[in-house]
Amino acid sequence: MIERTFTVQNKMGLHARPAAMLVQTLQKFDSQVRLRKEDQEVDGKSIMGILTLTAEYGSALTVIAEGMDEQGVMDSLERFFTSQAHEE
Amino acid sequence: MTVPAADETRVFKGISASPGIAIGRAFLLEDMDLAVGRWMVPPEAVKAEVSRFRAAVADTRKEMLGTQQKILKLLGKSHANLIEAYLLILEDPLISKDVVKAITQNRVNAEYALSEAVAGAVKTLEAASDEYFRERRHDVLDVGRKILLHLLGHEPQSLEDLSEPSVIVARNLTPSDTIHMKAQFAEGFATDIGGRTSHTAILANSLEIPAVVGLHEISRRVRPGDMMIVDGHTGTVIVNPTPDVIDNYRRERDIRQQERRDLERLRDQPAQTKDGRRVVLAANIDAPSEVKNILANGAEGVGLYRTEFIYLNRKELPSEEDHYQFYAKVAQSVLPHPVIIRTLDIGGDKLLDLGFSQDTKSEPNPFLGLRGIRLALKHEDLFRSQLRAILRASVHGKVRIMFPMVSGLEEFRQAKRAVESCMEELRQKKVPFDEKIEVGLMIEIPSAALVVDYLAQEADFMSIGTNDLIQYTLAVDRVNDEVSHLYEPLHPAILRLIHQTVAAAHAAGKWVGMCGEMAADADVTPILLGLELDELSVSPSLVPKLKKNIRDLNFADCKALTQDVMKDPTRDNVQKLLRRFRNR
Repeated sequence: MIERTFTVQNKMGLHARPAAMLVQTLQKFDSQVRLRKEDQEVDGKSIMGILTLTAEYGSALTVIAEGMDEQGVMDSLERFFTSQAHEE
Repeated sequence: MTVPAADETRVFKGISASPGIAIGRAFLLEDMDLAVGRWMVPPEAVKAEVSRFRAAVADTRKEMLGTQQKILKLLGKSHANLIEAYLLILEDPLISKDVVKAITQNRVNAEYALSEAVAGAVKTLEAASDEYFRERRHDVLDVGRKILLHLLGHEPQSLEDLSEPSVIVARNLTPSDTIHMKAQFAEGFATDIGGRTSHTAILANSLEIPAVVGLHEISRRVRPGDMMIVDGHTGTVIVNPTPDVIDNYRRERDIRQQERRDLERLRDQPAQTKDGRRVVLAANIDAPSEVKNILANGAEGVGLYRTEFIYLNRKELPSEEDHYQFYAKVAQSVLPHPVIIRTLDIGGDKLLDLGFSQDTKSEPNPFLGLRGIRLALKHEDLFRSQLRAILRASVHGKVRIMFPMVSGLEEFRQAKRAVESCMEELRQKKVPFDEKIEVGLMIEIPSAALVVDYLAQEADFMSIGTNDLIQYTLAVDRVNDEVSHLYEPLHPAILRLIHQTVAAAHAAGKWVGMCGEMAADADVTPILLGLELDELSVSPSLVPKLKKNIRDLNFADCKALTQDVMKDPTRDNVQKLLRRFRNR
């Protein structure tokens, strides 16, 4: 199991399109992925779960990945969150 | 309360979602309420109930893919991605797993299990503090409704059967409803709910369908067949207008359509006078996302990229990498045109907000205080990280550097030295950049305009920032009611400073532009052309009109007008000359 915290860099927060991209990224992996913001935790492969997190600009998201390809999950999330910094 | 007469005119105010005017008969799209009955499914029927649900999801998916193909054809990939979010909601474990679980474990009917799951998600989204996330509950509701319709075996209502120009009235519209409005007779729409950021508003805008949303209860106050006008410019909907009102709106619609066609034709035409004098018409931006906007309006590049935006809405200072990403994006997307990046033009107070407390103190007179290049030269680390980012981004396009608030030669030299030293640093690290990058400055402090002949020798270009130049030259704060009447863009002193700046630049073989509000003033355009400015940069939305103005002028006339103006540049005479010029 790996746990890591990312900051939402997108000015509009994790709204529909970035959330969709995030889910699509995670669906490629077999690992179970949970996202946690403060005391709320959701399934990383659920678009509605992510939207209900209402992760606005600057909020901290903790990712917990568990499975054979958990390292791959973290690597692609790292890329995802860095690239998001430059979207509006 | 009196009941209004059946055909009484009524006016509703909503939110303008997409500009344009639509006139037609009301067509009411029914709305499905998600409150559905609950019944128990006998154990032996559970399996069938699950397959009924799965089939409905599959049908919904098929319908959505169809819509996506349609959007793809009409509007291209970026819009088709809107449907992607709907497909993801459809595939969400909350629907694909939880609903099935509710059916099997609680033995409830599929409709009920679905509406519970949707209601739960909607409730959470409703509680969000951010408007954008609150709005997204409609997406979830839309998907839920679509599945429900398939579960109940409803035929989707079709807009393609419309036989006369109609205005669509609904509680809410999904993107698939909206995309079908491209159908021949759907002129525009009016809905109870929705905001500017709803998918439907975005699509309406791209499809150029006039739309007003957020009208609260229009769907319950209009009867099918009522005559309606949707004014997407003002966010107004008129039900049962009088024939006079309809005529007025028809005329306005025709005029606006003609105007738009004219402007579209202009987009790819050069900004050139009738007798062939060409100026570069560029646009000012604050963020990379505006680039597509300026290109759509026919601007030839970014004449002023205000980088202050990068410092806003954040808790700490942007890194060099942050800067680089923004600049590279703009440089790339504006190609083959150039972008002029203005280095940071923020005041000390802004730095304080970013946690940069290093001897920033409040100033009694910030307009005469530490801002622009002064602040950059004082905090060189900040400045250099921005300069390195600009240099690195210069390999992605045609990038130019411009310094704000330069008061004289020393400051310009010092700033230029900082650029050269950053170049050396990059060379040593073998980081590529454009060795021939142009470095210029804004002429916005009178002292710079007065020594402009020296500056023109050393700068690659100059751009006149009229807002500050006028304020500082005339010592007028234009938001101060007591003195705002003294804020005169055509004051002889201003005209003389512009004239000198252009003359000095051209004598040194350099080009000179203008990036203040004055450049967008139609009355002033002939004088600016006559003064021989090489480039004008205005906000994106003003580009088409300005281009049209330029194309309607003769440079020779502008030249003559300007010579007359410079002979006697008093206010009354200038106004008289301009009046005569307008009526020539």
